[in-house]
Amino acid sequence: MAPALWMFLFFIAVTLGITYWAAQRSRDANDFFAAGRRMTAWQNGIAVAGDYMSAASFLGIAGIIAFQGYDGFMYSVGWLVAYLTVLLIVAEPLRNTGKYTMADVLAYRLHPRPVRAMAALSTLTVSTFYMIAQMVGAGALVALLLKDSGITYHTAVIGVGILMITYVVFGGMLATTWVQIVKAILLMSGTLLLSVLVLAHFDFSLGKFFTAVGQVTYHENGVPVTKDFLQPGLRFKPPYGALDLISLSLALIFGTAGLPHILVRFYTVPDARTARVSVVWAMALIGSFYIMTTFLGFGAATIVGRDTIAANGGTNMSAPLLAQTLGGDLFFAFVAAIAFATILAVVAGLTISASTSFAHDFYTNVIHYGVERDPAEEVFVARVTAFVVGAVAIGIAILLGPTANVAFLVALAFAVAASANFPVIILSLFWKRFNTTGAVAGLGTGLVAAIVLILISPSIMKSGPLFPLENPGIVSIPLGFLGAVIGTLLSREPEAEAKFTELLVRANTGLGAEKATG
Amino acid sequence: MVKQAPWERIAAMPAFHALLVAKQRFIIPATLFFLVYYFALPLLVGYAPRMMETKVFGVINVAYVFALSQFLMAWILAAFYIRAAKRFDVMAAGVVAELDRQPQGE
Repeated sequence: MAPALWMFLFFIAVTLGITYWAAQRSRDANDFFAAGRRMTAWQNGIAVAGDYMSAASFLGIAGIIAFQGYDGFMYSVGWLVAYLTVLLIVAEPLRNTGKYTMADVLAYRLHPRPVRAMAALSTLTVSTFYMIAQMVGAGALVALLLKDSGITYHTAVIGVGILMITYVVFGGMLATTWVQIVKAILLMSGTLLLSVLVLAHFDFSLGKFFTAVGQVTYHENGVPVTKDFLQPGLRFKPPYGALDLISLSLALIFGTAGLPHILVRFYTVPDARTARVSVVWAMALIGSFYIMTTFLGFGAATIVGRDTIAANGGTNMSAPLLAQTLGGDLFFAFVAAIAFATILAVVAGLTISASTSFAHDFYTNVIHYGVERDPAEEVFVARVTAFVVGAVAIGIAILLGPTANVAFLVALAFAVAASANFPVIILSLFWKRFNTTGAVAGLGTGLVAAIVLILISPSIMKSGPLFPLENPGIVSIPLGFLGAVIGTLLSREPEAEAKFTELLVRANTGLGAEKATG
Repeated sequence: MVKQAPWERIAAMPAFHALLVAKQRFIIPATLFFLVYYFALPLLVGYAPRMMETKVFGVINVAYVFALSQFLMAWILAAFYIRAAKRFDVMAAGVVAELDRQPQGE
């Protein structure tokens, strides 16, 4: 599999070049944490898309659609519509009132130490789960594609970890942003090319394509079956399927607006207007991508077939195997390299948001009581954190091994984000009465509820699960809100209420917002 | 920051109040609309599967058409918001301009 190796190396060389260039240009903390707030709307929009479309999107959704048809497409729909929550409710107030992290908005009116400590914990939890999932995926992918070259799962995971540490430690947010942009363009072109090849296979006739999708044949327990893949219900089956689908929809639609690595992207632009336009750029790209998952997923189901995919690496290999069937080994290598680039970029984005949160929220504001630190010291702490986070993720990914369920870890990240982060962000922006006790209680309840419910769900407890749904959202998101509301009502904080006017004015006018530098 | 902006005074301005009202008039109905439109999909797929399996043309069924329409809905709503937000930007700039005209302090 030499072509794949060469393409990997080429992408790595390009991204390391970007990192070197960014390192030369980074002068201060604003550069390191927020790319100097100089990104334009289209640049940040593409970067948001790059940060968002992870291994779960490219490999995962294609696989679920290839195996379970229409139900898999529900992920695509939810992951796009979720951006309306970001666009209408979160992006602009966040840009106007924060500096580097999600917690800036929460700490604005509340006591910074407890709130930032909890927010940093939740950010690190979401990012780590998300990251381990990506690294397990990368390791499995690279090991499978490069098996002839002697590269094992362990080597691949360690390689990915070292690369991601390099991007973040040396290049900061500027390098990370440009890596996202390169990756997003690669991913979009690869997906477009693959979709065109699928259509070409059906003589560019949508009629022929969908007719084939209407009768997909595969073997189930050794018996051949033919199913209409456009019909719902192949994944979400009674008795709990309908509830599980609604639970998943809730987690997707509200989780996105609570993902730390997406939220920090809005600090890299000069003002709220640019943040808004960048969301629309992202929606254009992300939407087009998810519509094309129709061709990737159904294409894999009809052209490659479930049986072949199951015998050659399983669901996650659907898109690469489709590329091999349609375009031969070279195109297979190209698509595999794109998947690898996708993972690498997302992992870098996660690392920068986790280490920024640790340095800014925990080190400066919790350990040092918010006493203004030397910005260079904050950057140094973030670099050390990036190194530690990378090492921890490498360790856990190796422990879990290549067979760990990647989709499960990503779902956990979304559920935690929707249950812990989303309620407190919304309430701190829109509820005058909201206070510190409420924020700590909301973050805590949401975090614990989401994690406990997943631990007792069918994904983990294979026999006799205590909680019948795979996704905890339908229970844990209301619990997160409930914790925040009850916590708030149990105490009074006149200072927090008094500062609401200031927050309201700043969020809506942009007065006093952090400016672009340089 | 150059100067501490007098938040209370801005909050009391009729122009600021008008900005908040204008934003709420767009954002609240738009949010309710997209939440209802979006959650109708999993609810109908989950609880009215027979209806969703009705064929529209060829093998294409209601479920798939409704799912695709979500993409259009999201894009169109985003476009409407961008247009409305231009108006909000002008109003917000008006608030800031009015603040600069007023004498500082009491």
